[in-house]
Amino acid sequence: MISCLLIANRGEIARRVIATCRVLGIRTVAVFSDPDADAPHVREADVAVRLPGAAPTDTYLRGELLIRAARDAGADAVHPGYGFLSENAEFARAVLDAGLTWVGPAPEAIEAMGSKVAAKRLMAEAGVPVLPELVPAEVTEADLPVLVKASAGGGGRGMRIVRALAELDEAVRSARAEAGSAFGDDTVFCEPYLERGRHIEVQVLADRHGTVWALGERECSIQRRYQKVVEESPSPAVSTDLRAALCSAAVAAARAINYVGAGTVEFMVSPKGDFFFLETNTRLQVEHPVTECVTGVDLVRAQLEIAEGGRLAAEPPVPRGHAIEVRLYAEDPAAGWRPQSGPLHRFEMSTVDTEFAVGSSEHGLRLDSGVESGSVIGTHYDPMLAKVIAWAPTRIAAARRLASALAGARLHGPATNRDLLVDVLRHKAFVSGETDTSFLETHRVVERLGENRTERLSALAAAVAESSADRRTHPAIPPGWRNLPSQLQRKRFAGSSGEHEVAYRLERGRLLCDEDVVLFDSRENRATFDIAGVRRTFHVAAYGDRVFVDSSLGSVALQRMPRFTDPAESIAEGSLLAPMPGTVVELVAKAGGRVEAGAELVVLEAMKMRHSVRSPNAGIVEAIEVKVGDQVDAGAVLAVVGVLDVEEG
Amino acid sequence: MTVLKSTVDTHDPGHLARREAMLTKLDELAAEHAKALAGGGQKYVDRHHKRGKLLPRERIELLIDEDSAFLELSPLAGWGTDYTVGASVVTGIGVISGVECLIVANDPTVRGGASNPWTLRKTFRATDIAMANRLPVVNLVESGGADLPSQSEIFIPGGRLFRDLTRASAARVPTVTLVFGNSTAGGAYVPGMSDYVVMVRERAKVFLGGPPLVKMATGEESDDESLGGAEMHARTSGLADFLAEDEPDALRVGRRIVARLNWRKHGPGPVAPVVEPAHDPEDLLGIVPTDLREPFDPREVIARLVDGSDFDEFKPSYGTSLITGWASLHGYPLGILANARGVLFSAEAQKATQFIQLANASDTPLLFLQNTTGYMVGKDYEQAGIIKHGAMMINAVSNSTVPHLTVVMGASYGAGNYGMCGRAYDPRFLFTWPNAKSAVMGPAQLAGVLSIVARQAAAAKGQPYDEQADTGLRAMVEQQIEEQSLAPFLSGRLYDDGVIDPRDTRTVLGICLSAIHSADVAGAERFGVFRM
Repeated sequence: MISCLLIANRGEIARRVIATCRVLGIRTVAVFSDPDADAPHVREADVAVRLPGAAPTDTYLRGELLIRAARDAGADAVHPGYGFLSENAEFARAVLDAGLTWVGPAPEAIEAMGSKVAAKRLMAEAGVPVLPELVPAEVTEADLPVLVKASAGGGGRGMRIVRALAELDEAVRSARAEAGSAFGDDTVFCEPYLERGRHIEVQVLADRHGTVWALGERECSIQRRYQKVVEESPSPAVSTDLRAALCSAAVAAARAINYVGAGTVEFMVSPKGDFFFLETNTRLQVEHPVTECVTGVDLVRAQLEIAEGGRLAAEPPVPRGHAIEVRLYAEDPAAGWRPQSGPLHRFEMSTVDTEFAVGSSEHGLRLDSGVESGSVIGTHYDPMLAKVIAWAPTRIAAARRLASALAGARLHGPATNRDLLVDVLRHKAFVSGETDTSFLETHRVVERLGENRTERLSALAAAVAESSADRRTHPAIPPGWRNLPSQLQRKRFAGSSGEHEVAYRLERGRLLCDEDVVLFDSRENRATFDIAGVRRTFHVAAYGDRVFVDSSLGSVALQRMPRFTDPAESIAEGSLLAPMPGTVVELVAKAGGRVEAGAELVVLEAMKMRHSVRSPNAGIVEAIEVKVGDQVDAGAVLAVVGVLDVEEG
Repeated sequence: MTVLKSTVDTHDPGHLARREAMLTKLDELAAEHAKALAGGGQKYVDRHHKRGKLLPRERIELLIDEDSAFLELSPLAGWGTDYTVGASVVTGIGVISGVECLIVANDPTVRGGASNPWTLRKTFRATDIAMANRLPVVNLVESGGADLPSQSEIFIPGGRLFRDLTRASAARVPTVTLVFGNSTAGGAYVPGMSDYVVMVRERAKVFLGGPPLVKMATGEESDDESLGGAEMHARTSGLADFLAEDEPDALRVGRRIVARLNWRKHGPGPVAPVVEPAHDPEDLLGIVPTDLREPFDPREVIARLVDGSDFDEFKPSYGTSLITGWASLHGYPLGILANARGVLFSAEAQKATQFIQLANASDTPLLFLQNTTGYMVGKDYEQAGIIKHGAMMINAVSNSTVPHLTVVMGASYGAGNYGMCGRAYDPRFLFTWPNAKSAVMGPAQLAGVLSIVARQAAAAKGQPYDEQADTGLRAMVEQQIEEQSLAPFLSGRLYDDGVIDPRDTRTVLGICLSAIHSADVAGAERFGVFRM
């Protein structure tokens, strides 16, 4: 029996496990790195143990520290969550060696699936269809396109699509380098790349007594950078026959390695309906809630009961209805999905029915969030904020509910992929079930973001609402009152579509401005306009100079531009600024050197990724303002490049 | 709570007609204000902009807090004279970094911002307001100095400008000067007399004598920059405390200076919550007649000015031609005296005298709402001592030390103007509605008096009286007096602080009351000898 469980993880999955433990009466031990000291998962656990440091390699990836934490806190079992050490057989073994219960499959099963190359061979032997493995050196024109993949790890790292033979060598080399640094194993392999394929996986649960359940499939085809963003069950692309075939292949795969616990067998399904084994994830998946929502099974509870030696019923429950999950990330889809960090002032979703748990009614909205209002999004970990799951009797109803909940959420903080998710969920291709892996590229969803007029109207609303705010002097005098009005008042806001100068004046409650709107009412935190005969309320929240405007036209994040520039703060022309907070890892250019347009000057590492800062023009490097190892904030000056004189050029 | 009831019917044809007439007056007023806003005209405005410079009101917009109010003062100064309406300077009360300041900004589009006699009068009025109410002064300077053709009217009285600045400083009223352009000769003493000086790089020019004058005086060859450039003053002479990169930067620095004045208002803050009036100020347009012979109930006005329309009338049954009572406006307590039917009798004068003393006893500011044709004349009234009683009221008004505000709602004739705190009685602020008129007496009466006097003179000399000439004379006099009693004319001569839209009265008074409370508010210890 497990009486006290250490969760060797952070964020929403730690909260998810804690939630089930509460129901079961299991005491919980959280672990936390320094940046997570005040994180929700730490507060929610019964006790917590500090892992000094911030980087994952110093904290959540330190197996020995985790086992010591379990001992110190009196835990008798360890749940690894997903990511970090969840698929590390060595860690699983160390946990078992320490006399603790490991909530997961046996280390041997983890090992068997750890190498994708070996796993594919094993599955082929068990009769599960696999894609042929290609030796990189032997790939020919006829094999194209191919996918270069790292054998170890996951999360899209070390993965490259190759469409021209000439690109292959470079793709293999860079994939190898990335895999080596990310997983400590630089083995890569090639396999045919299925254009317009669908990523479909089967959730399995296996007890120690020989029962293996296949709990239906999840489709996770909509991805960015090989990472899933939308997941659903059942898949609109899976027929009853295909489902039966997938499920029996998954059960066969689990049996082939004597799998115990919760696991996921991933397949690629071709447009014709052929399917091929990709890999097995020997842990709980990020997207496990969609299965929970359609089956009613608490997968964490099942994991714990199986770890305690419990038995599954002979047959799994029959799924009903439809569930869709989206992953809400702090990232900017329009800027190459660049991760975003900073304070999350407000994180609110008004129609949530359940958090971290299976809901009871036919319709519902579930929120599994790692953050809350006031959290700070750091640069050390995955920028996923939350998972939002809607379930309903039909797919369309679930998508509609989910889109509305997302659109109406108050997300005041770093940029998120929310608008993109809403666009996907409301896209006619999505609604009709056409969700292959190239969905985002095919439908150019990213390019449709950043609608200018909504931003301008939101900026106007922000300006007007701000004018209604309390003033220390003349609190009740009408804002901006003049007996001789000579001009409109001006405020500047920067949004994703550029800078907006709002010109406005309130005259006896009437709004004079450049936009074709009529002001109905304004308060400190909102403005209501009649726009082309439609009344819309804009909710305005300002946090310092960051202003967030939520309305029926969408949510807009604005930066209030200062009225004045202090000359001391003005930035020299040609200055290159850090695009995000990070660490300087390489100085490519030298002060005084001549560079061409696009030349790499400085390399930053942030959110586990390298970002090059390049020269916008040909010129002379006048200054390098940083050195290797410096921690820089977004906007810090990294280097100054002077434009070449015409004579010189 | 004693909330005033209103009997105004906004659909009544009379109301609608009065409203139309007032709107016409407001349109006329807007046309006059537009002249002040136009400054030196489009050509000079464009030239100024092309030089990368801001207009005075653009400077003020950047200087004051975002979304804050700005009450421009004396905008019609110089109206009806040979000089440009507005007198080439903008003055007003604005909030800078949370501090209510008196702002004086030259308009360089009007003859280079040169001062004419009306510029002086308008500026003096502004500094009077700053001193009386303890408002920090911020000068936005760009002026070519004195308008030379009128130097005889400027040079000698103009010295007061510099005297006022340093006296303000001595009275611990801070003075800040931002120099945007020329500030030469006498004008150099504006920065010279100020507590803080900011100059704009390559724009400010501050010297006693320019290169030609220096050449004439001493033979020395020099240039603008070495004689009075911003950089020179910031680095060498020390006259500039701050060197600004450009105009917005100067305004930014000015805002920081005011933010660090550690300013505290001496007077008490608002004592009551601000409650909007129960009745719509918009109705004022239809309540107040443009024909001054038509009476109106000032309670309908008070009901649209004061907080919650809440008014406690004092002595309501005595001297009913003058209404007195207590209210609050934007949270500030206020005693109000308002003419109900134009004439002031002995009872009204005595009631006012008592009321003014009561306000002084409780340190309560007073608001005078004028609509008076003067003190009653006639044998019975003279014999009953109307002079004594009028004098009591004027004595009380003159020696009262609580702040006074005056609004001319309609007529302001004769000694009624004095008793109801006209310009000569130094109200802290005096505003006029567009329909108002002020003169020693009504134009017809005045013409009639002249006619009677002339007729008597002719009779005394035994000469026949030319009736035809008399008719012509009366008409001429009547027209002249009428023109000189109108609001723009009076405002042009600085007899008020501005002509305002009646609907804005509450806002204007709110700004004024807040400004007034920058200084102490204390009632009089004693008055002159009251003749009983």
